[in-house]
Amino acid sequence: MEHIELFFKSVFIDNMVFATFLGMCSYLAVSKKVSTAIGLGAAVTFVLAITVPLNWLLDQYILQDGALAWLHPSLVDYDLSFLSFIMFIATIATMVQLVEIIVEKFSPALYNSLGIFLPLIAVNCAILGGSLFMQSREIASIQLATTYGVGSGFGFFLAILAIAAIREKIRYSSVPGPLRGLGITFIITGLMAIGFMSFGGMLTGGDEAPKEVLVQNEGSENENTIGDDKEEIVYEINNDIN
Amino acid sequence: MGLLSKKNRQLITDPLSDNNPITVQVLGICSALAITAELEASVVMSVSVLFVMGVGNVVISMIRNIVPSKIRIIVQLTVIATLVIIVDLVLKAFAYELSKTLSVFIGLIITNCIIMGRFEAFALGNGLWRSFLDGIGNAFGYAVILIIVGFFRELLGSGTLWGIPVLGDPIDKTGLYAFGYENNGFMLLSPMALIVVGIIIWVQRARSKHLIEE
Repeated sequence: MEHIELFFKSVFIDNMVFATFLGMCSYLAVSKKVSTAIGLGAAVTFVLAITVPLNWLLDQYILQDGALAWLHPSLVDYDLSFLSFIMFIATIATMVQLVEIIVEKFSPALYNSLGIFLPLIAVNCAILGGSLFMQSREIASIQLATTYGVGSGFGFFLAILAIAAIREKIRYSSVPGPLRGLGITFIITGLMAIGFMSFGGMLTGGDEAPKEVLVQNEGSENENTIGDDKEEIVYEINNDIN
Repeated sequence: MGLLSKKNRQLITDPLSDNNPITVQVLGICSALAITAELEASVVMSVSVLFVMGVGNVVISMIRNIVPSKIRIIVQLTVIATLVIIVDLVLKAFAYELSKTLSVFIGLIITNCIIMGRFEAFALGNGLWRSFLDGIGNAFGYAVILIIVGFFRELLGSGTLWGIPVLGDPIDKTGLYAFGYENNGFMLLSPMALIVVGIIIWVQRARSKHLIEE
């Protein structure tokens, strides 16, 4: 249950692109065609699913205040958390290169579809952001960290897929000249982000649940109906996007 | 060539308008959007980026002939990460509240594409002084957009600038509020940053037609 909650939270409520604006650069640059958008989205999900748990281990056993105690009791006073930026980014850069080599060796087909995106990803803010948010939100276990990584990656995937589909269609509309291209993409993303804000009340008991949703829920009979509504909304959204 | 010849001056002035890193080169959007709800945070973010860009471009330009091109990405990331750690520690020491507001976004300067982008596009192929000018020029271009967005979002969203109320008191109904004006709380939410940047792009491209796409 904890896992499902965290997954939906990271896909819809704390969506990488719409709520925290991470990975915006590649989101804007690679969203002109649906096929390339899918490639980048999949690569981001893949790399996040690997690097977030890895950095969780790093954070837990090396970087946190007193984390070195497992090595020797006298090391308990050390707090290396100021090194986390450099450690995280080093892990990410090496992992990305390692993944690239492994994928190239064992699955040329996957490499052909993901390969060109992998080097781009080392400097994608979504990846480092995933690890930094994992650290600042104090995710409790490595399983949850994996779920968080996959969830955030999937959120990015959904976002880039949606905008790519819209951009393919909007080419046929007469957008005012100066807005064409970048400008209208910004405004559409803004509108989509407003839409995604309505997911804020999806999980009850969360600290971010706005009041309006709580009022709505008073009408429903018990917890189960809320859960059903949630699944229905998710299902509908998935259908819409597909 | 003088230190501030015409060509060198262009390195600073171009990014302010026709070659702006955010609205034209599309670099460094993430942080531009996330932290601009207040003017103060935008200015601090701009200064941090100015520092990292200026120093980083000089360092990269100095070592550009020593570093093999295969490992240059990781070398660049190390240089940026070190500079960002300095910024982060300084902020934590002297402006703790603000560093809480900016939270992970200071760390995300590391992956701010503006920095990598300028390293790759400029500092790797140019001398020290020119790289430095390019660095601060682009950081100023970035700062201009951040400050415009921060200005409008804080003014329209909470009626203050730099935390000081400028439109009167919304509770006592003084100043503009006496005429029934209300703060638009929507401006403080993150999606509005995107729309404000969209409008800035619109205005800019309407003024200089050659930037219009297609």
